[in-house]
Amino acid sequence: MARHNVLGAVLVGALALAGCSGAKVGDSSSGAAGDCGTFNLAINPWVGYEANAAVLAYVAEKELKCKVTKKELKEEVAWQGFGTGEVDAVVENWGHDDLRKKYIDEQKTAVSAGSTGVKGQIGWYVPPWLAKEHPDILDWNNLNKYADKFKTSESGDKGQLLDGDPSFVTNDEALVKNLNLNYKVVYGGSETALIQAFRQAEKDKKWVIGYFYSPQWLLNEIKLEKVKLPEYKPGCDADAEKVACDYPDYDLDKIVSKKFADANGPAFQLVKNFKWTNEDQNTVAKYIAEDKMKPEDAAKKWVEANGDKVKAWLPKA
Amino acid sequence: MVAVAEPQQAPPQVSQPGPQQGSRPIYRSKALIAGGIVLAWLVLWLVFRNVGTLSLDASALTPLHRWINSVNDAVGASRNSNPLFLYFFNEIRFVIDEFVTFVQALIAQPSFGRPVPVIGWLGVVAIAGFVSLVVAGWRVALLAVAGFVFLGLQGLWQESMDTLSLTLAAVVISLLFGIPLGVWAGLSDRAHRVITPVLDFMQTMPTFVYLAPLTLFFLIGPASATIATLIYAAPPAIRITAHAIRSVPHNTVEASESLGATWQQTLVKVLLPSARKTIVLGINQTIMAALSMVTIAALIDAPGLGKTVVKALQTLDVGTAFNAGLAIVVLAIVLDRVTTAATERRKLPRWAMFGGLGVTGVAVYLSYTYLWAAEFQSDVEIGSSIRQGATAVTEWVQDSLPVITGGFKDFVTLALINPLQALLAESPWFVVALVIVAFSFLIGGLRPAVVSAVCLGLLVATGLWQDSMITLASTLVATILVMVLGVVVGVWMGRSRRADRVIRPVLDAGQVMPAFVYLVPFLALFSASRFTAIIAAVVFAAPVAIKIIADGVRAVSPATVEAATALGSSSWQTIVKVQLPMARRALTLAANQGLIYVLSMVVVGGLVGAGALGYDVVAGFSQGQLYGKGLAAGVAIVVLGVMLDRLTQAAAKRWTN
Amino acid sequence: MDPVISVGNLWKVFGSNASQVVASDELKSLSRQELMDRTGAVAAVRGVDFDVAPGEMFVVMGLSGSGKSTLVRCLTRLVEPTAGTIMFEGEDILEADAKRLRDLRRNKFSMVFQHFGLLPHRTVADNVGYGLEIRGVPRAKRGERSQEVIDLVGLTGYEKSYPDQLSGGMQQRVGLARALAGDPDVLFFDEPFSALDPLIRRDMQSEVIRLHREVGKTMVFITHDLSEALKLGDRILIMRDGQVVQVGTGDELVGAPADDYVRDFVKDVPRSHVLTLKWIMRPPRPEDELDGPELPPETVVREAVRSVLSADKPVKVVRDGELLGVVADEEILGVVAGEA
Repeated sequence: MARHNVLGAVLVGALALAGCSGAKVGDSSSGAAGDCGTFNLAINPWVGYEANAAVLAYVAEKELKCKVTKKELKEEVAWQGFGTGEVDAVVENWGHDDLRKKYIDEQKTAVSAGSTGVKGQIGWYVPPWLAKEHPDILDWNNLNKYADKFKTSESGDKGQLLDGDPSFVTNDEALVKNLNLNYKVVYGGSETALIQAFRQAEKDKKWVIGYFYSPQWLLNEIKLEKVKLPEYKPGCDADAEKVACDYPDYDLDKIVSKKFADANGPAFQLVKNFKWTNEDQNTVAKYIAEDKMKPEDAAKKWVEANGDKVKAWLPKA
Repeated sequence: MVAVAEPQQAPPQVSQPGPQQGSRPIYRSKALIAGGIVLAWLVLWLVFRNVGTLSLDASALTPLHRWINSVNDAVGASRNSNPLFLYFFNEIRFVIDEFVTFVQALIAQPSFGRPVPVIGWLGVVAIAGFVSLVVAGWRVALLAVAGFVFLGLQGLWQESMDTLSLTLAAVVISLLFGIPLGVWAGLSDRAHRVITPVLDFMQTMPTFVYLAPLTLFFLIGPASATIATLIYAAPPAIRITAHAIRSVPHNTVEASESLGATWQQTLVKVLLPSARKTIVLGINQTIMAALSMVTIAALIDAPGLGKTVVKALQTLDVGTAFNAGLAIVVLAIVLDRVTTAATERRKLPRWAMFGGLGVTGVAVYLSYTYLWAAEFQSDVEIGSSIRQGATAVTEWVQDSLPVITGGFKDFVTLALINPLQALLAESPWFVVALVIVAFSFLIGGLRPAVVSAVCLGLLVATGLWQDSMITLASTLVATILVMVLGVVVGVWMGRSRRADRVIRPVLDAGQVMPAFVYLVPFLALFSASRFTAIIAAVVFAAPVAIKIIADGVRAVSPATVEAATALGSSSWQTIVKVQLPMARRALTLAANQGLIYVLSMVVVGGLVGAGALGYDVVAGFSQGQLYGKGLAAGVAIVVLGVMLDRLTQAAAKRWTN
Repeated sequence: MDPVISVGNLWKVFGSNASQVVASDELKSLSRQELMDRTGAVAAVRGVDFDVAPGEMFVVMGLSGSGKSTLVRCLTRLVEPTAGTIMFEGEDILEADAKRLRDLRRNKFSMVFQHFGLLPHRTVADNVGYGLEIRGVPRAKRGERSQEVIDLVGLTGYEKSYPDQLSGGMQQRVGLARALAGDPDVLFFDEPFSALDPLIRRDMQSEVIRLHREVGKTMVFITHDLSEALKLGDRILIMRDGQVVQVGTGDELVGAPADDYVRDFVKDVPRSHVLTLKWIMRPPRPEDELDGPELPPETVVREAVRSVLSADKPVKVVRDGELLGVVADEEILGVVAGEA
């Protein structure tokens, strides 16, 4: 008897609960995909890229009614995805001559879709306090003078040059050797390690010199200063062993899959036409990284403030 | 067979006064030989410093590395035409994708034209509670319900369900293959011999190495993430199943045979049911291993909490990363407690069974029909408080501690890491190799010496000798720290129930909390350095060692401890003269497991300044032209793991006998 | 009557070269240690012969390492013998194929093990019914039969318990019930009580004696305990180093040990408990008065003490009316005094 009572009470209670009304699933109609189809957008793991992608995705969804699928991938894997048809576009590419050769020239699965308008710069940076107190440090010729100051537990009796993200080929070991610098390259191993190092260096006035790049959201927070290396001339970095010059400026571009380009749909048009400036990207990147906005909201904010720029990207009907 | 591993006879003793028995002189003469070797090594190091170290620049490649690159490229280029892809890999991918997508459709992702999954949060919570109730009892069921609701309150319901879907799918597939393989390895010695090294390989090969190729074979998506997870997660299930089958008492099997059971009958009615308890522990280990892959799988677009962690780290947002990491920990603790409790025999009263079933059914129906039960409404959200709290703590730590921690780092680096690394990495390679082989011989006899020699040869072949030695130095330092922590905390826990109760959950959290979460504050405390990498490895590996030692100390017979106390031993004497020596099996096991866990963090170490093999692997994953080198570095890590594992096992055997 | 089991020249040699060993008379004649040194092979059972009569309680006794456990496993081929014959009800079971062997195990003989070998995940009733289950006996019938044997071994009320909830003695009762459930012709016991407490052991021995009386099965019982062997065995086989030293009834072993090994073995046995009048009687002497009480020759000394000592004339040992000898105070006292 008792068990029937319990069971009954439970069921009655539950049904009574169910009886309380509430909004039912399916009451509001779900948005249907538009005529643009699916747009597979790779998201490479840095904030600047995320800014490009967020704005493109927002416009594609809102203006072109595309169904945007974001895929969070490292560069190498993203490029691989062009061949398998899983990635349509990479929207901020830093050089990557090796990948270009492999996927554009050899496998012919990818094509370039032009510049993003953003200029990329790679080099050696120091925190602002250091540049201010020792302005001459911004010339590589004076680096040996300060090598002692940069010593750490990792670099032994030499100065430490902190390298970071393994995603990018650096010439730093060759540079140190060929410029006769009394430094040792220490591999931080991640962007996180670099940012943390620079942040602390600025806060506690510590001596740090390291590999970095712009645009990068951190530069909104801390204005790192670039050290001048011997000027880049085309071809001076041809032999990786003998490099003794600065990194070239990068025209950051967009890469799309061959299939996506050939189909020439509205999403491809949008990607092809997409072009903005370092300043634009920094604005959106700041929304995301420092104001902790969701990428969608950051994109919305920027797009609403820059309607004319966006209009120029839309496919001409 | 056994003769090979027999100890070397000690030279005859002349100057051995007193009543000591044979074993001590052997140790003494061995210590003398070991001392001699170290001395000779030091001298050779002084003479030949930086000669023949086989160093290789960060961006330099060997022909082997280039060859691997070309193979990798060839595979990529042929993926649309090769029948192996068309009819094999594609089929596997299809099946797994469908499976994962189905589970996601049930609990995680909007599906079947609905804006929400089939079963909403209320239904999932009810099912979790009911399943826990059936297999694990009331208390655990309450924990499960509380845990799942907590996930919702963190504002991470969908991410958690995505992670849960992927984990469940990987675990189910692991078990589908793992248990039959384990049974096979349990029944056949030959199968066991073949499978064991493969499992070693699967568990020690860094995931980063096969992450990119996996997407080549199985594309970007759930299939690749699932397979990456199960490569790491299936081995425990296989190993423990084999062990379970092997440890079914022989006389039980014999009794069944004597009654005329067929082979299949004995397997199904005797072996599997008797091994059930242990096999469930294997499932538990598999689940934990799968969860520890969540963040890494996120690097190839695996959905869920891992993505949140990885994303948050791009902006060094420790708060968000911690919140998501905490969700992983909560999931892990719930799944762990449920599966652990599932090893006990229990029978639910009928009324509870049907009542539970009824409530669950209603909850599922509600969550299917009504929005409030489908989507977790976060009116009482606590995620943002957790985020803010974690951020505040991190900031405080980063602001106030580096003065002390930096000094500590410099001290350990100068006193421990640098000398060891100098000896290992700056001596000529053949000197180091000889020393290691000689030590292997001293420790374990001929067989370990041969294993070490082969492993060292392979390290030379990878072209990464010096990087391997640098990594070896850090690994040894980390293991020493792990053992120090293990003994101190383990003994404390082993002697005090209360300490055990308080510390154990912290250890669990340390093991499952994704390393990425605590790397940021660690970087602030110790900068990008080998020491940071070592500390990260210690955080991950120490819990295992501590638990093993605590259990070992607790297992020392109370009668012996009582006897020691009765003879007037102080606590210190009891620990040093009774409990630790009697727990030495646990100590050696802890050292062995500590080493393996430390090695599994080498790649993570590469992200925070360890350089060497860890960095090679990370770079190989990130840059196409370094792929071959990354793979070679991965192999080097495996080889180091095998060598150290066999060595510690040989030492353990020698010491505990 | 034909024997149920007839073992002829049975050999079991462990080692990769086992078949070579049994093929060579020279190697077969070596002692165990010599064989081990020469070939690395271990001869566990060496040329054993014996018969077991229907309904007999046959005990194999030996110290650990004597090969007795291997021997009993050979009888059911849980261990595959290297050479010899084992005739079971006229059939050489070494010739049986896997299927026939299974049939034999399911229907003809079963075994009780030293460490019980119970299935921890099954209740008592399911453990007892296991043998029937693998034969494909339907559930209802299985339950009925299990209940019968559970009642028989005195476990009524414990059907739903799990093995780990029972004491050692009760666990072995489950093992016993499991062996009985299939109604086999022969029961093998491999040191079934050596893991039990002395008191419980005594209970279980009585239990086996009772069962032997009630169900009348042929039983082969392995033990290392001489008093257990003497208490249970109709006949006892003493093994040493894989070989048979002596086969006989308890009083034969004590009264006429085959060699020093056996003699040493039975030295401490309370002889008055084992020896019968047959062993101590003497031929009547002329001065004996032959009109005293009569006793049969199988009377155990202990039981004859009172009659002999209270009679003032020697007791006549008589079988079928024929006078075999006489026993007087001195003979009885000789036995009893020897024990002190």
